[in-house]
Amino acid sequence: MKRLLLMLAVCMGTVWAGEAQPLAEDPQVEARLVAIAEELRCLVCQNESLASSHAELAEDLRREVRKLIRQDMTDAQIKTYLVERYGDFVLYRPPVKPLTWPLWFGPFLLLALAVWSLWRYLRLRKAMLQQQTSDANHPPDNSPPKD
Amino acid sequence: MKKFLIPLALFLALVVFLAVGLKRDPREIPSPLVGKPAPAFSLPTLSGDKPFSPADYKGRVWIFNVWATWCVACREEHPLLVEFSKTQSIPIVGLSYKEIQAADQANGPLSDNAKLALARERSQRFLQRQGDPYKLSVMDLDGRVGIDYGVYGVPETYVIDKAGVIRYKLVGPVTPQLLQEKLLPLIRELEAS
Repeated sequence: MKRLLLMLAVCMGTVWAGEAQPLAEDPQVEARLVAIAEELRCLVCQNESLASSHAELAEDLRREVRKLIRQDMTDAQIKTYLVERYGDFVLYRPPVKPLTWPLWFGPFLLLALAVWSLWRYLRLRKAMLQQQTSDANHPPDNSPPKD
Repeated sequence: MKKFLIPLALFLALVVFLAVGLKRDPREIPSPLVGKPAPAFSLPTLSGDKPFSPADYKGRVWIFNVWATWCVACREEHPLLVEFSKTQSIPIVGLSYKEIQAADQANGPLSDNAKLALARERSQRFLQRQGDPYKLSVMDLDGRVGIDYGVYGVPETYVIDKAGVIRYKLVGPVTPQLLQEKLLPLIRELEAS
């Protein structure tokens, strides 16, 4: 709870602190910064992107990314730079690798499973209906009812 | 076949997943730095001795603890670190992380020297009052070194082995349980190797 409050304080407290910050001089750098930062997660306020977060760490990281842009690093290089430090968690779009396979392909697997069970159910149902109609034509034998 | 059990089983599985999910701390993010060499840096120390760099501790197991006087959770773990430093021979190096906050510069920005002086004064006062567990503390005023170490919530604690490789990273305060069950066994193992 204490930590939550602290986090809240960190997130809220910098709102006013951020206001006085001048916009970066170079609009091109700024445009790229926004494009990159929207794909990155702020680690303090985890549901905010690095572009929109007011947390102090986000500000520091934006400053860092600005610096990297000026050093002519590509977007991929900048993302790698941050992943090396904070892990895949900073990426809103996790990379496709064995660990994230369930994440990327799990839903399709579930869909296939659902389609398969639907198909099986329908076939079973059809067979039962056919049996019922044939049972109706012939007098019932003494076999126990099927489940 | 008891078909009515299937939804119940599915429901129970869902409950288990949700229960596990609830117990997990969303702030606990696996660090990619574990198993990698500790990033190099050279920073001024709190005492004003010559700058410290991780290479100075090559061949020793040491603990790197990120702290600040404004950090509330740091106070929670502080007595434990003081106790540790009294009973163990492993050095704890402190990283004073962004001691000067935006509020300190409300009346205009401070010069780098003024920041360093203010940070030193405040940190020293804190350590005099609460006890000083650190062999030495380095001053990371702008948080640049913090970024290299993937710091996102103070306090954070790293265990670095004799080869200078990070072997463990903890986000949040050290607790007696963590110390007994994780840190101490790991340190003993690293010391022996």
